Amino acid sequence: MDRRLLTTIHAWLLVLPAMVLLVAFTHYPTVATFWASFFSTARGRRPASFLGLDHYRRMLTDDPVFLQVVWNNFLYALVTIPLSIGIALAMALWVNERLAGRGFLRMAYFTPTVLPMVAAANIWLFFYTPGFGLLNQIIALFGGPEINFLGSPETALWSVMAVSVWKEAGFFMIFYLAALQSIPPSLKEAAKLEGASDVHYVRRVVLPLLMPTTLFVLVNAVIGAFRVVDHIVAMTGGGPSNASSLLLFYIYETGFKFWDTSYAAALTVVLLAVLITVSVLQVTVLDKRIHYR
Amino acid sequence: MSRQIDRKSLLAATALVTLVAAAPAARAELELTLNFPVAVGGPITAIIDEYAKTYSEQTEGVTILPVYTGSYQDTITRTVTAFKGGNPPDMAVLLAVDTFTLYDEDMIVAISDLAKSDEEKAWLESFYPAFLENGSIDGQLWGVPFQRSTPVLYWNKEAFAAAGLDPEVPPATWEEQVEFGKQLTLKDSAGNVTQYGVQIPTSGFPYWLFQGLTTQNDVILMNQDGNEVNFDDPKVVEALEYLVALSKEYGVMAPDIIEWGTTPQDFFQGRTAMMWTTTGNLTNVRNNAPFDFGVAMLPAHVRRGAPTGGGNLFILHSDPEREQAALDFIRWLTTPENQADWSIKTGYVATSPAAWETPKMQDYVNDFPPAAVARDQLEFAVAELSTHENQRVTKVFNDGLQAAITGAAAPAAALATAQEEAMRILAPYR
Repeated sequence: MDRRLLTTIHAWLLVLPAMVLLVAFTHYPTVATFWASFFSTARGRRPASFLGLDHYRRMLTDDPVFLQVVWNNFLYALVTIPLSIGIALAMALWVNERLAGRGFLRMAYFTPTVLPMVAAANIWLFFYTPGFGLLNQIIALFGGPEINFLGSPETALWSVMAVSVWKEAGFFMIFYLAALQSIPPSLKEAAKLEGASDVHYVRRVVLPLLMPTTLFVLVNAVIGAFRVVDHIVAMTGGGPSNASSLLLFYIYETGFKFWDTSYAAALTVVLLAVLITVSVLQVTVLDKRIHYR
Repeated sequence: MSRQIDRKSLLAATALVTLVAAAPAARAELELTLNFPVAVGGPITAIIDEYAKTYSEQTEGVTILPVYTGSYQDTITRTVTAFKGGNPPDMAVLLAVDTFTLYDEDMIVAISDLAKSDEEKAWLESFYPAFLENGSIDGQLWGVPFQRSTPVLYWNKEAFAAAGLDPEVPPATWEEQVEFGKQLTLKDSAGNVTQYGVQIPTSGFPYWLFQGLTTQNDVILMNQDGNEVNFDDPKVVEALEYLVALSKEYGVMAPDIIEWGTTPQDFFQGRTAMMWTTTGNLTNVRNNAPFDFGVAMLPAHVRRGAPTGGGNLFILHSDPEREQAALDFIRWLTTPENQADWSIKTGYVATSPAAWETPKMQDYVNDFPPAAVARDQLEFAVAELSTHENQRVTKVFNDGLQAAITGAAAPAAALATAQEEAMRILAPYR
């Protein structure tokens, strides 16, 4: 047999296991989701029918909850991503210095990441409880009024955001810490010799060198903002009246509480489109401004 | 050497596979699975395990396998998913209000079709009618009441005495609830409330307790066919205005959304002098309240009233032999003696009058009279809100209620929106 043909077959065989997994668990579900979004959900007593783009039209014109969760998710991403990255960077710079108890500090900052989201949410549930919750007890010490953090629409989403920032920042800190330690000390010495201040050194030397890490963290943070809803389930269930509901939580409700799996499929397509667009934008636009060594 | 081991283990594996494959054929035993909603292990699992064991031992050829499947929500998710995957359990305990969903998915067998003998038909007649309402569609019965409850009012007798009220007399009407509530609401020197009069939890599923208020205002929320709702009825609006006024106008209840989970805790800690919650909390309150407490029917308005709640036993489609075996087990599980045992151990309401007549149950009630309050209230109870597309319709209603409670919308406007949305969802079923 032809040698080249053999090599080709050999190569395909090597790729086959990975391909089977990818196709079965990634590509096929994606295509099936897209396909299912054009049909109505089959019930035992009524079969599915072709709807075309009806589900997408319904989202835009007939589903106020969808518009609200998209807005909530947008706000959620806009607030939690910069905040957690900023805090992560500050913490990393801080614990990168030589100071007493550095190991302990690093561990303390990283601890929230180790906790499962549901456990963390339950701890925060206690912080937020009206009356005997920790935060309200502190407020009461200063004579402030009682706040029902998770029970009023003005504060519910912000309270959930705080948990997310608290949890994510420690995780991102680890990446920054690793990146900081790979910056050669000679750069710092050179900057000092040239008379650059610490602020100037961080702004002109450290931050540019951290940009590849920032891109990585940013992509992860965006995906996380659309993907992690465990704390919503544990803390508010999306309430009061959808004030703290996010897109993925709404998809879960539609799919597994309302059993409207095909509308859930259409919502999933929207989520996928958002994530793909954002990721492509980030990689193409930001990549040009990043200096790789 | 290694090759030898490989061959040996291969042989062993083959033998094992053959054995496993042959097992069902070799045994004529019917194995019936029962999906049961228990969130965490503990007393309930032990009770159900014991029932399953007792029945399996005394019944030739049948083994009951209980599977604990988390909360009600987890249980229906797992049951529907298993059904769609072609591997459903034989029985499941699911919320009575999900009957329409199970019916629309064509998952369940009509109990009234299975019950053919006179004895079986008489058994169906033995339950409280209020508990059968949620399980009936098309004139047939689809679920057997088992893990059922109803909301009641708990009050702190010490707080009543401290406020100058008769500790033995709970509020009997809406007006009294407000009046007592005002006397029971205490403030510290800074003007912050330290003890509220009453607490009606509104997180997650506010509709259930709210249905207590609508029933008391003499209005029914949905039709028997489950394809029309009545959310914007003036009487419903009036009930919601009362609920909102409790915190916004009279100041006898904490503002905004009140958590179900922390409500008993608030009661134990004296942050509220009265609470509305399920009878399912009876044992919890009995064990944990550091003061003398009372249990009463919910206050009345135009009439007395409360919704029923909780789970029914359902039989899923399989073959006639398995369905009959499942029915036999369910009949055994709901004999008066077993119902009494279940009710005493858990605090759920025994679902047939005969169960309350058993000596065991009568001893229990004599010893602990609050246990009978739920039973007495059944006379005034109505079906819990349940329609086609139940969870979606209920969610729309919950959203409207929460919007009004938090002040995001006026009661009438919030309910009008909910009505419109719910009727749109139900349009295909009319």
